[in-house]
Amino acid sequence: MPLITPARLTHLQRLEAESIHIMREVAAECENPVMLYSIGKDSAVMLHLAAKAFYPSKPPFPLLHVDTTWKFKAMYELRDKIAQQLGFDLLVHKNPEAEARGINPFDHGSALHTDLWKTEGLKQALAKYGFDAAFGGARRDEEKSRAKERVFSFRSAEQRWDPKNQRPELWKLYNTRKHPGESLRVFPISNWTELDVWQYIHLENIPIVPLYFSAPRPVVERDGALIMVDDERFRLRDGEEPQIKSVRFRTLGCYPLTGAVESTASTLPEIIQEMLLTTTSERQGRVIDHDQSASMEKKKQEGYF
Amino acid sequence: MAHQSALIAEDIEAYLEAHQNKSLLRFITCGSVDDGKSTLIGRLLYDSKMIFEDQMAALEADSKRVGTQGGAIDFALLVDGLAAEREQGITIDVAYRFFSTDKRKFIVADTPGHEQYTRNMVTGASTADAAVILIDARKGVLTQTRRHSYLVSLLGIRNVVLAVNKMDLVGWDQATFDAIVADYRAFAEKIGLSVFTPIPISGLGGDNIAVKSEHTAWFDGPILMDWLESVEVEDSLQAQPFRMPVQWVNRPNLDFRGFSGQLASGVVKPGDRVKVLPSGRESRVSRIVTLPGDLDQAVAGQSVTITLADEVDVSRGDVLVAADSPCAVAGQFEATLVWMDDEPLPPGRSYLLKIGARLVGASVTEIKHRVNVNTLEHTAAKRLELNEIAHVNISLDQAIPFEAYADNRDLGGFILIDRISNRTVGAGLLNFALRRADNIHWQHTDVSKASRAALKSQRGRVVWLTGLSGAGKSTIANLVEKRLHALGRHTYLLDGDNVRHGLNKDLGFTEEDRVENIRRVAEVAKLMVDAGLIVLTAFISPFRAERQLAREILADGEFVEVFVDTPLAVAESRDVKGLYKKARSGQLKNFTGIDSPYEAPEAAELVIDTTKVDPVAAAEQIVAWLEGEEISYEI
Repeated sequence: MPLITPARLTHLQRLEAESIHIMREVAAECENPVMLYSIGKDSAVMLHLAAKAFYPSKPPFPLLHVDTTWKFKAMYELRDKIAQQLGFDLLVHKNPEAEARGINPFDHGSALHTDLWKTEGLKQALAKYGFDAAFGGARRDEEKSRAKERVFSFRSAEQRWDPKNQRPELWKLYNTRKHPGESLRVFPISNWTELDVWQYIHLENIPIVPLYFSAPRPVVERDGALIMVDDERFRLRDGEEPQIKSVRFRTLGCYPLTGAVESTASTLPEIIQEMLLTTTSERQGRVIDHDQSASMEKKKQEGYF
Repeated sequence: MAHQSALIAEDIEAYLEAHQNKSLLRFITCGSVDDGKSTLIGRLLYDSKMIFEDQMAALEADSKRVGTQGGAIDFALLVDGLAAEREQGITIDVAYRFFSTDKRKFIVADTPGHEQYTRNMVTGASTADAAVILIDARKGVLTQTRRHSYLVSLLGIRNVVLAVNKMDLVGWDQATFDAIVADYRAFAEKIGLSVFTPIPISGLGGDNIAVKSEHTAWFDGPILMDWLESVEVEDSLQAQPFRMPVQWVNRPNLDFRGFSGQLASGVVKPGDRVKVLPSGRESRVSRIVTLPGDLDQAVAGQSVTITLADEVDVSRGDVLVAADSPCAVAGQFEATLVWMDDEPLPPGRSYLLKIGARLVGASVTEIKHRVNVNTLEHTAAKRLELNEIAHVNISLDQAIPFEAYADNRDLGGFILIDRISNRTVGAGLLNFALRRADNIHWQHTDVSKASRAALKSQRGRVVWLTGLSGAGKSTIANLVEKRLHALGRHTYLLDGDNVRHGLNKDLGFTEEDRVENIRRVAEVAKLMVDAGLIVLTAFISPFRAERQLAREILADGEFVEVFVDTPLAVAESRDVKGLYKKARSGQLKNFTGIDSPYEAPEAAELVIDTTKVDPVAAAEQIVAWLEGEEISYEI
């Protein structure tokens, strides 16, 4: 053996290698995988990792965007551009029932809106295309109930998640065997933290939606959150007047349900700096989490990620 | 996430530069239910400033509502995740937590201390570089402490802290601490954990966790956070010879053929000679492909795509190794097995075994002894129950490249998967190959299965009759054989009762023995098919897994499953041999249908409903089906 200087892998290199390993296992063992694409920063990292995992091949699975029709305009623009650039097939699913009933966050509230567009929409899309494995960008550090989620999360034929009936995961050995109708949700960036994701985006120059960067934007203050008036569908309440403020978003979802933060951070290092010095957790910007204690866990059992 | 580093506010670019190069430490915490594990982890998160104001506010509210600290902050609530667990007041699964300091990023596996959850602890330990074993200073070394330490040692973790917690409750007494450490050392040496770092702490007060306690002037060792930040885990994997299990064959077009995988050990460079195992073919590394560019070298832990200079056959599951120091290839092993399923392991049953990127058939041929995880005593065992650990002999249906687990986790750790339920039922560690595998080779014969069958103008196959005792299997099989014989077919009938007089006379009727009974019959049937015969078998063969095994050891189309379907009431009313009567009266144990289950086939080639057709018609039905198949085969 030649003498070599041990090249110590950094924590980001180890995380990257682990995520790539997970993606390849799915590509090798599952028949019809798909990558869920939410257009957020975590999705951006997932796409980048998938491109790396299979290069020079194109990733051997399509992207699926479960569209609620209420995302920010800037998100739709990035979605269409990126999918094409990286050579992914992009599938967009909109729940026809929610579309027919005109479900929206203003008339129907965040819970019903999310349930029909997102949870039901996702189930419909998975059934429609017969996907047996779906990659998601969830991380264990996001929320307490996710800390116990497996990397390979097993879903029954009814797409339910049973916390008591998950397979033990040892070493790097993932059991992908399943019966017809059963499926897997796979989370390749389980072990990444929010800081890891931002650092990686910075290091690898990964394109993200400009909404993460601060800019003057029209917002109204509602129930303690700053909501951006992104299009003409926004319903102003009596006395509400959009104001131009320098804001950015720490997470992205449906624009009427996503709170902005006042900020001047307009570069990635500034965003990371702001995040490190900030004192409130990431998901606070999302209205759906406030519904009730342990709400994410309930949603997960019903099929939401 | 108010990191304290002043650099963040002053020079974020410099901070990022420094933090890009942080290393990663994965560790587990283990302790008994009330040792204060969750409190310790909550404390580590709190002390490394990983708790946000809104989480802190929720924590304060929760502490008042359900806390166990009389309204004071209950750090355990930070990490007790699932609602059901929170209500029960215990953690019941493996949870992963994240925090980082200026030196390292940490991933903590929080594993439960309950007796029935060995499974979870082994899971958490499988990916850990280090372990923190908690002891309650008031209780000292407990049975659970010994169990956790044994598992830590078994899974190959060599960096261990013994955290003696709740020191405040024993008045920070040095003598108490020293006595516990001495007691622990005596045990630890027996299991090969001779090196460990004892630290007196209080999770509640944060003593000796992130800051040195003012109560322990007598203690001159490291505090916990310092130990975690500095413990050397850069193991020797890079210094070992190159190994990479191939996960995926990367073939975007006819001009590129690469092999994607994560290096399990060593270093590889373009130009290196490598061997493909198990085939043994050799080639040279041509490129190490990654995005955005090719690498000059790849090291253990990296995920890459390798191209070879020659067109050699490489598939998923093969292992690329350094040509001058390849690893061994074997199909039979001594292994340590941790059973993880509610349904016990009977030796002989065939499971799927996943190791590296390879999935093979495997069965435990012998349980050598069970290890009592509390006392380390070895005891004899016929089966293995949930959370039990044993040394076993395991036999695979093909030879695989491997390393002993102690040398390489990736090439020596495996899981067992149930073929029917698909559950992960066991985890194992390969210890060494059994020699007998090396000495028995497949003897190549010039006259083949096909040529033997051709001489008889037929196709060898097994007609496998399964059903309850008294369903009519033997009667029908006998009639089928007579008809086939009259048609000029070469046949043999393997009857359940007859086989038990000779070949299987050492076997009883326990689940383990039934599994072995059917395994032997399947192997005998396979030899006869190899000889070109049409084999009829008439066995209850109650378990799906064994019939599946028989199907899998034969070639496609050679196994014809015939379900002789007779309701239990009908079979019992016939009771030709008087066995049901004996079973009902308790004279006969483990009788199928009475006190032992019968698992009906889900996709049999033929189903005979004996309440509708008599044995003669049933035999005709089978013969017609076989001859129909034979004609289409001959055409």
